[in-house]
Amino acid sequence: MSGPDGVTRIAAAFAGHGRRAALMPYLMGGFPDVETSRLAGEACADAGADLIELGIPFSDPLADGPAIHAAATRALAAGATVGEVLGVCRSLSERLPIVLFAYANLALSPAPEAFVERARDAGAAGLIVPDLPHEESEPLREACDAAGLALVALAAPNTPAERMAAIGASARGFVYTVSLAGTTGERGALPEDLAGTLARVRASTDLPVAVGFGISTARQAGEAADMADGVIVGSRVVRAAGEGGPDAVGALVADLAEALA
Amino acid sequence: MTATGAQPRPMAAGPPERRFGPYGGRYVPETLVPALDELEREWMAAREDPSFGLELSTLLRDYAGRPTPLYRARRLSEAAGRTVYLKREDLLHTGAHKLSNALGQTLLAHRMGKRRIIAETGAGQHGVATATACALLDLECVVYMGTEDMRRQRPNVERMRLLGAHVAPVDVGARTLKEAVSAAIRDWVAESDTTHYVIGSAVGPAPFPAIVRELVRVIGDEARPQALEAEGALPDRVIACVGGGSNAIGTFAAFLDDAEVELVGVEAGGEGVESGRHGAPLATGARGVLHGALSAVLQDADGQIVEAHSISAGLDYPGSGPQHAHLRDTGRVRYEAVTDADALAAFRRVSALEGIIPALEPAHALAWLMAHPGTGGGYDLLTLSGRGDKDLAEVLGVSDEHRHAG
Ligand SMILES: Cc1ncc(COP(=O)(O)O)c(C=O)c1O
Repeated sequence: MSGPDGVTRIAAAFAGHGRRAALMPYLMGGFPDVETSRLAGEACADAGADLIELGIPFSDPLADGPAIHAAATRALAAGATVGEVLGVCRSLSERLPIVLFAYANLALSPAPEAFVERARDAGAAGLIVPDLPHEESEPLREACDAAGLALVALAAPNTPAERMAAIGASARGFVYTVSLAGTTGERGALPEDLAGTLARVRASTDLPVAVGFGISTARQAGEAADMADGVIVGSRVVRAAGEGGPDAVGALVADLAEALA
Repeated sequence: MTATGAQPRPMAAGPPERRFGPYGGRYVPETLVPALDELEREWMAAREDPSFGLELSTLLRDYAGRPTPLYRARRLSEAAGRTVYLKREDLLHTGAHKLSNALGQTLLAHRMGKRRIIAETGAGQHGVATATACALLDLECVVYMGTEDMRRQRPNVERMRLLGAHVAPVDVGARTLKEAVSAAIRDWVAESDTTHYVIGSAVGPAPFPAIVRELVRVIGDEARPQALEAEGALPDRVIACVGGGSNAIGTFAAFLDDAEVELVGVEAGGEGVESGRHGAPLATGARGVLHGALSAVLQDADGQIVEAHSISAGLDYPGSGPQHAHLRDTGRVRYEAVTDADALAAFRRVSALEGIIPALEPAHALAWLMAHPGTGGGYDLLTLSGRGDKDLAEVLGVSDEHRHAG
């Protein structure tokens, strides 16, 4: 591949969005079908998204709540494969940086280097593995570093201080702050301690700090943008993709982008 | 409490293993890591506390009925052509080996101040054991169970409800044990402050596989001296069925250093391993991550988990305990698969021969033993992990289908 590597593309996306925070919608690859998920990604790009988090459907998504779990189940039932989702990644990566969201058994199968090579060839800029905590992450991070991909680290509200420092020090691209103890899913309000959580994450790293899990309305996204460098909206976007396809995704992302202005 | 004579169980020193060779580890969302750290600390503290050990051993003896007998199966021995001893976990309270783990972990949760207990169950035996321990200790209990398993293990659903547990149906995927474990882990991700997850087998993220092994190794720790006393020598072979692997590791642990004793784990062969429809990841599987640990896992070339297939709900699982994967690779334990049909035949045969109705899970181990009489002049020890009352409806139903089809 020519052009800037993934780490550079992610840094540029966080530096150049011109809003209060970068907007990163999450899409489930292959949901409701492969081509529609690609068109939903195009709609995100058209509506002002800065990066896309692209989920690879997995049979046992431990970090996901009902909406994303159901979307993964449907994508798999419709026959979506890792290869096809990487095809969506390749196409969308021409528009904006794609961060793949893949569970550990996919990212380590058959070996970290093999998966990372496929991801890089598909133009991915980074990788998020929600069930690969700091102590298990080294082999995959080394493979990502060698390929110019960012292995994004996750931090949580209950991460103790020492761990947080280690997570911040090993992060690449940005630090993904999980806003709450729980799985993905729409919530009525942001957690009360979110500002404190984000302050602790920020103190651990020089990289941009993004926040996700539970952010679903434009208003919540706007509030989160006051505290973080990037806002990730997942279940709400996946719901739009299921209910109204790419048009609904585009309309939603446009609303969210406006809230971050 | 009339704890006359109960001795605290001896427990291993040092931190519980996080890895077994390359296997094990903690492949979980970041939010769970502090809960696993807390569990590891609390487990080590409990182990050092004689009052914890004494309470557990007293309950195991007076409430659960330990030690369980080691029985020389007379007619089975004749039929198999060699002497067979059965470790009678079917006689333990609630009808399977699962109670030793459930009591230990629930006592630990109580000590940790967690008032809410969650568990997963396949055959229902672990759910019943956990619900029982929660009734005893007055803790709230939620048991996740696949709807297919609720159907085929109906009596255990009723038992859990009677014991005051809430049975939470899991209606995704194959609706069996794998989905129930995933649902329990998701619950725990959100509720680990107030909740302990009593995992039902020697699987899951560290420190669970080591804790479960320490709690169920009472099986082998009892059986080894019982066998020596009965026969004056160690068995040639020790045999146990393997779902997640708790009764097997609980039996094998005491014999691992006895190099002359052959250890055999028997997995679910379903419709035959060549059919691809089975539950035998150790006998056939590649290396993968499922439910928080690196182990032997049934999966496709992309790393998607493949559904398991077994007539026995307790063995119907595409994963396995990480210590078993290591014991396989080192060659210390040999893993074999037995089909549904052979397990069913053994279920009937042993019922008629011994007046003991085995659960379908250990029926797999019995089938393997009867088909492989061995050559040594010694004897075999097989863990009869549970009784088969729970399986009657399913076995009679399947037999009817066979009759009508045939
Ligand atoms: C009687 C019995 N044996 C064996 C098993 C399999 O579990 P494990 O491999 O953890 O012993 C079960 C599980 O439900 C069971 O009920």
